[in-house]
Amino acid sequence: MMARKALAVRSSARKSNLILLAMLGGAFACSKQKAPDEVAQQGPSPAMTPMAGRSNGGAIANETEDGQWVRPAKNYASTRFSGLGQITADNVKNLGLAWTFSLGVLRGQEAAPLVVNNTMYVVTPFPNILYALDLTKPGAPMKWEYRPGPIAAAQGVACCDVVNRGPSYADGKIVYNTLDDQTVAVDANSGKELWRTKVGEINLGESMTMAPLIVKNKVIVGNSGGEFGIRGWLTALDLGSGKIAWRAYHTGPDSAVLIGSRFKPFYAADRKPDLGKNTWPGDTWKIGGAGVWGWISYDPELNLIYYGTANPGPWNPEQRPGDNKWSSTIFARDPETGEAVWAYQMSPHDMHDYDGVNENILLDLPLNGKTRKVLVHPDRNGYIYTIDRTTGEVISADPFGYINTSTGVDLSTGRIKYTEEKEPQMGKVIRNACPASPGAKDWQPSAFSPATGLLYIPHQNLCQDVESVEANYIAGTPFVGMNVKMTPGPGGNRGFFDAWDPVARKLVWRINEKFPVWSGALATAGNVVFYGTMDGWFKAVDARSGKLLWQFKTGSGIIGQPVSYRGPDGKQYVAILSGVGGWSGAIVAGGIDPRDSSAALGFVNAMTDLPGATTKGGMLYVFALP
Amino acid sequence: MSSRFPDVVRRSSRVAVIGLALIAGTTVGCERARAATKLSELRVCSDPNNLPFSNQQQQGFENKIAQLVAHDLNSRLSYTWWAQHRGFVRNSLNANQCDLLIGVPASFERTINTIPYYRSTYVFVTRHDKHLNIRSFDDPALRRLTIGVQMIGDDFTNTPPAHALTQRHMIQNVRGYSVYGDYRRPNPPARIIDAVANGDIDVAVAWGPLAGYFAQKEPVALDITPVSPQIDLPFLPFVFDISMGVRRGDTALRERLNTVIARRKGDIDRILEQYGVPRVDASQESATP
Repeated sequence: MMARKALAVRSSARKSNLILLAMLGGAFACSKQKAPDEVAQQGPSPAMTPMAGRSNGGAIANETEDGQWVRPAKNYASTRFSGLGQITADNVKNLGLAWTFSLGVLRGQEAAPLVVNNTMYVVTPFPNILYALDLTKPGAPMKWEYRPGPIAAAQGVACCDVVNRGPSYADGKIVYNTLDDQTVAVDANSGKELWRTKVGEINLGESMTMAPLIVKNKVIVGNSGGEFGIRGWLTALDLGSGKIAWRAYHTGPDSAVLIGSRFKPFYAADRKPDLGKNTWPGDTWKIGGAGVWGWISYDPELNLIYYGTANPGPWNPEQRPGDNKWSSTIFARDPETGEAVWAYQMSPHDMHDYDGVNENILLDLPLNGKTRKVLVHPDRNGYIYTIDRTTGEVISADPFGYINTSTGVDLSTGRIKYTEEKEPQMGKVIRNACPASPGAKDWQPSAFSPATGLLYIPHQNLCQDVESVEANYIAGTPFVGMNVKMTPGPGGNRGFFDAWDPVARKLVWRINEKFPVWSGALATAGNVVFYGTMDGWFKAVDARSGKLLWQFKTGSGIIGQPVSYRGPDGKQYVAILSGVGGWSGAIVAGGIDPRDSSAALGFVNAMTDLPGATTKGGMLYVFALP
Repeated sequence: MSSRFPDVVRRSSRVAVIGLALIAGTTVGCERARAATKLSELRVCSDPNNLPFSNQQQQGFENKIAQLVAHDLNSRLSYTWWAQHRGFVRNSLNANQCDLLIGVPASFERTINTIPYYRSTYVFVTRHDKHLNIRSFDDPALRRLTIGVQMIGDDFTNTPPAHALTQRHMIQNVRGYSVYGDYRRPNPPARIIDAVANGDIDVAVAWGPLAGYFAQKEPVALDITPVSPQIDLPFLPFVFDISMGVRRGDTALRERLNTVIARRKGDIDRILEQYGVPRVDASQESATP
């Protein structure tokens, strides 16, 4: 069932390992005094040591391994790499279940559990309950629970299941977003609510599903709802008081987008004034979508945050001629003022629902003999972008999935080259447009291991047919809907778990999965990489070869984010939420009739066998060595 | 043109399937037994804030039709309220919260549908005092006017008027009104009609029942004119048959509803008349393919 391709690029991967590890040496050196089981002592090769002295920092090096997991992506660079190395490729076969916890909510579980001060914090899908679990006691009993009580109508404006992507921790506070557009801060010790701020309005189609990032004293959050005619924004709240500090819109005049004198996009075409307004006809920008429901990264040295905006909406593409800025765009902003420093639009005038919200992993990579500060971004449109994070220059954009909706990215202008015959149009039937709307990869975050120099990308392999015409039914307004039906992409399997070398720009190995791999990835210093499948298997694979080392069948499909931490007993643990749902799993979580092939925006057609493979769930699983 | 023929074929095959289902329904014993028993409760799912169709005070014409049907079946009428946004069918009918949706397009695929009980059309809405007399998407005057359309936000598509205007390269002068609107305010889809009355736009192209009802409520006189053509090429209909929808497989209920609709056609027409629902006469059917 699990065909595996080991591609012959091992040697170049190894070469880049050395350099990457060297840059990260500083971080691991710090962790040495703290924990005996960390990578600094188990370093793969003594050859690393002398080079460590040459480390000149890099975003990752600013955070040391403390055995905790305080941010959604583990660190500001968003590597989802745990420096703990007790669980190794050799001993992971002995991994066993340590304890479990039932979340009491049976919808898609997309959150990453946090671990802070020997307490684990887990947020459920709607109604967004926060649990605190005491890791110092056997079985990790509940310390407290916090119920924010979001209003039920919020479920009506969630496009793709009522998920939540998790909390963030800073300064004694657990902070997260509720589906009904509130950002809440809870005392990490007592579970008492410290503040709650309403930042959006469900009655205008806005909802919130993303995990906040906390930078200095700012909590940074964004809205979802591009399908409902929202105007997308990113907002910073004061960590202490919850007061809104700034808001940057993603459409409209420069003043609203917080584009000012510091804005220096790399490509000339992006330097004209008020593009967030002038690249839309009339006032279509006012409901132009471009929310933020994915990930935010932060480079403390450059003092810039990086995040992507969602697709334009709710107009069909023919009605919004122009680039529709700043949808499907990566922004670099000053976290304190919100000012934009650069922007790059991956999918101008998006026609396929290719949001730009996927993770941006901040790395310092040796490229053409020079160390470049880059962000690596595997996009919905099928390209993995390496972008200079100081300037916004696209250094490379390589396909990591099957693409026929475009033929490449012109590096001189930064523009994607669309394929005209795959553009959806009223009255035109389009067969086999790839990737399908969820893209070659959706929200499910990748992990990067400095030990192997490889990026581990969970993603999907789907194409879609788009055809007219059936009358649809919303709010008593019949309209002629396009019938979107997703189908498996080339090869027939719907999911991939890839190891990608960002320096050699090559696939190193690939695991084929039957269903889309909708879970996040976790890389560890023990050279073990973890991910889950939609039929419920939690898997550990060899970081270098992709060889399956261990697997455990959980109660429901996995679409969560695995994390690793050091328990109070000094042992390394791995945790994952099990509970199928999300856009891909809506057929199970939402109980959709498999005959409604265009339901869940066409995703159901590609998932009719999922209800036979799994049922709803909501359970935390924690694993350790015996 | 290419999509037109398959669609016609699809439609005729569906008619055949429905026909078979009806025959099956009358011959299968258990279906018959259910049809014969009293339906104690008529469970309807409806939008609590969407006049003229429905609201929680049961002031909409779909509420009145539901009462009529319940009365005719000697059943108790009960409601589950859910905003008609994306996921409505999934969370209501398919979640077994109810058994009946009062208004769905006759070709709606996610339910099985009764015989249509009315046919309406998209209409041009203008202020009477502007004397615009817009009757067709091909009227050259449209290019000089500001036109409002409703937005669905289904990623690829919108309401038919939005597409008809785009096909005629009218883009800059088109304004969008989210059909979801601001749900805190009463009857959010009505904002597009308000915009004509207060002069924000010159013309709205809106679904007939919505336009007919709210035009009566505005402080200024509005003209309501069915759009032309009824079907834009390659295949973009502006006229829709509206049926009641029941859960797939519930042919017994559909059969009973068909009987009620046939028997109470006159009463249903009177309700639609009271709400100003513009109807397209079935005798104009020759205009459709």
